[in-house]
Amino acid sequence: MADARPRTLFDKIWAHHVVETLPDGTALLYIDRHLVHEVTSPQAFEGLRAAGRRVRRPDATIAVVDHNIATDDSRRTGITDPESRLQVETLERNVAEFGVPYIPLLDDRQGIVHVIGPELGLSLPGMTIVCGDSHTSTHGALGALAFGIGTSEVEHVLATQTLLQKPAKNMRVRVEGTLALGCTAKDIVLAIIGKIGTAGGTGHVIEYAGEAIRALDMAGRMTVCNMSIEAGARAGMVAPDETTFAYVKGRPHAPKGEAWERAVAFWRSLPSDPGAHFDKEVVLDAAAIAPMVSWGTSPEDVLPITGVVPDPAEAPNETRRAQLQRMLDYMGLTPGQKLTELKVDVVFIGSCTNSRIEDIRAAAAIAKGRKVAEGVRAMVVPGSGLVKKQAEAEGLDRVLKEAGFEWREAGCSMCLGMNPDKLRPGQRCASTSNRNFEGRQGPGGRTHLLSPAMAAAAAIAGRLTDVREWQPA
Amino acid sequence: MRPFTVLTGIAAPLPLANVDTDQIIPARFLKTIARTGLGKHLFANFRYKEDGTENPDFVLNQQPYRQAEILIAFENFGCGSSREHAPWALLDFGIRCVIAPDFADIFHNNSFKNGILPVKLPREICAQLMEDAKLGANARITVDLERQVVVRPNGEEIPFEVDPFRRHCLLNGLDDIGQTLQHASAIDSYEAKQRATQPWLFAS
Repeated sequence: MADARPRTLFDKIWAHHVVETLPDGTALLYIDRHLVHEVTSPQAFEGLRAAGRRVRRPDATIAVVDHNIATDDSRRTGITDPESRLQVETLERNVAEFGVPYIPLLDDRQGIVHVIGPELGLSLPGMTIVCGDSHTSTHGALGALAFGIGTSEVEHVLATQTLLQKPAKNMRVRVEGTLALGCTAKDIVLAIIGKIGTAGGTGHVIEYAGEAIRALDMAGRMTVCNMSIEAGARAGMVAPDETTFAYVKGRPHAPKGEAWERAVAFWRSLPSDPGAHFDKEVVLDAAAIAPMVSWGTSPEDVLPITGVVPDPAEAPNETRRAQLQRMLDYMGLTPGQKLTELKVDVVFIGSCTNSRIEDIRAAAAIAKGRKVAEGVRAMVVPGSGLVKKQAEAEGLDRVLKEAGFEWREAGCSMCLGMNPDKLRPGQRCASTSNRNFEGRQGPGGRTHLLSPAMAAAAAIAGRLTDVREWQPA
Repeated sequence: MRPFTVLTGIAAPLPLANVDTDQIIPARFLKTIARTGLGKHLFANFRYKEDGTENPDFVLNQQPYRQAEILIAFENFGCGSSREHAPWALLDFGIRCVIAPDFADIFHNNSFKNGILPVKLPREICAQLMEDAKLGANARITVDLERQVVVRPNGEEIPFEVDPFRRHCLLNGLDDIGQTLQHASAIDSYEAKQRATQPWLFAS
């Protein structure tokens, strides 16, 4: 008999994937799609080999390199860094030995794992999707349950196509109303993290809802879901709707013909039922969200661009005061300084948060007919080879190059400081990535998180600036 | 996996909240294909100066904390990336237990898979343990997973909660995969059902 209790999107996807429930309530959860990359998989394959195990479903698995590869032409002549080369070669050896489908570095479809999953139709509504990477939450934008796992769990999924999991709690973040001009999905998610904090979603799956979320295109929804982990939630999701179906339809791995009709009919059953219970709910007014920028070394330390650097003397307690002082010292900031006075050395437009065609269009619209400020290094790194091709077909690469931006090859690039794209100590960077941790973009580097349009405007102004004052030229 | 039963050892105080995985092990050290040998990179940006020499102010460079087996920290320990290199680095250094008010989900999970016990205790108690830890070698702390208590140097016992399944696996050093494969026939039937009702999930 059907369960009459109203259920959330998460409850439904969870229930569809429980293979078995163990006596203590731990579920054996089936995984539909497993994305694999070079950094978190070598030890997992090694574990399989040592135990004489095989990959249960190579057809549900896809491997790609993204984290430690160069994003310039040097990739065409081979990887120069010996450790990076070994990691990539190890992945290539592992996928060959275990029969896992693989997208090689020089393939057009290569790119950041969280960009190519949705792009190729490998990530679909209603699926459970995992990857040894915390930003797997991105794929939840399609109405899937997608979360990051550690390497031991990567091995577990490779061997069994399941994970042992306890159900998460349900949290809903509703963003009501309409975003103001110049404000984007990135500003929404930074505002959410600023409000609930980096542990605000711990133990929960966040469903993003409300008028402003519905109004976002898929790229925007991916940006929001991507940073769920920065709010402490392993997964974020948006209920599938017509925007979702229109995005998925026709993608290379999406269902076709009769299977498409059946799939859509099923996906329509997934949105949360009216009256479904959420353990926690937060509401934001979209109209009150301004272009946001981070000033500290935790993603919760964000302010509207019109703000000033906080004063540790005004902290509510000693622990927070010490923490603020440490951040200000690291970031090279003084209390009361206007954010719009902060000069930048580097601008990075890319990462699994903001490297889709929509993000590049937003940056190009600001860059068009303008010039990057002298002394600023500005780089645009498309999320995949296909995004790059699309941007080139639209002439966006020319607009950006004429303005003085570097136009690069697809990869994680300067998001995480493990490939040649790194900040030098003390450099200040306006970045569309997701983490402003100490040393994240390179030891001693200073990160300010913001949207692609804000980043492009910062490149031209040579400092952080309010994009609302920058109409396309 | 090495079982975890009772651990008595030196605890290192790390009085920071939001210790993230980029702090525990920066990404530039993730270019490895092994699980071992990462202890030298643990907290690299805190532990070493720019010229590569040790920073004498950092707790793990001081005695007796070079031999620490327990780490005491504040809220949201292990936030950030999913890198299992974080628990691998802790383990390789010799840390087998982290005590904090709460943990980020993925780090929490990864710890159990590697025989590291994350213990959640209220902030006031973590603050007390932090003071105990500052006494160094004279103040060993015991973490008893069988009895689910932390024993302070003064003998006071503090009970803690732990998921029963994870406790069982840790006490016995059990490999998850081996256990899951005992359910192989249930996985087979699930797949057969899904293949019939949602065939698009099986057309690669």
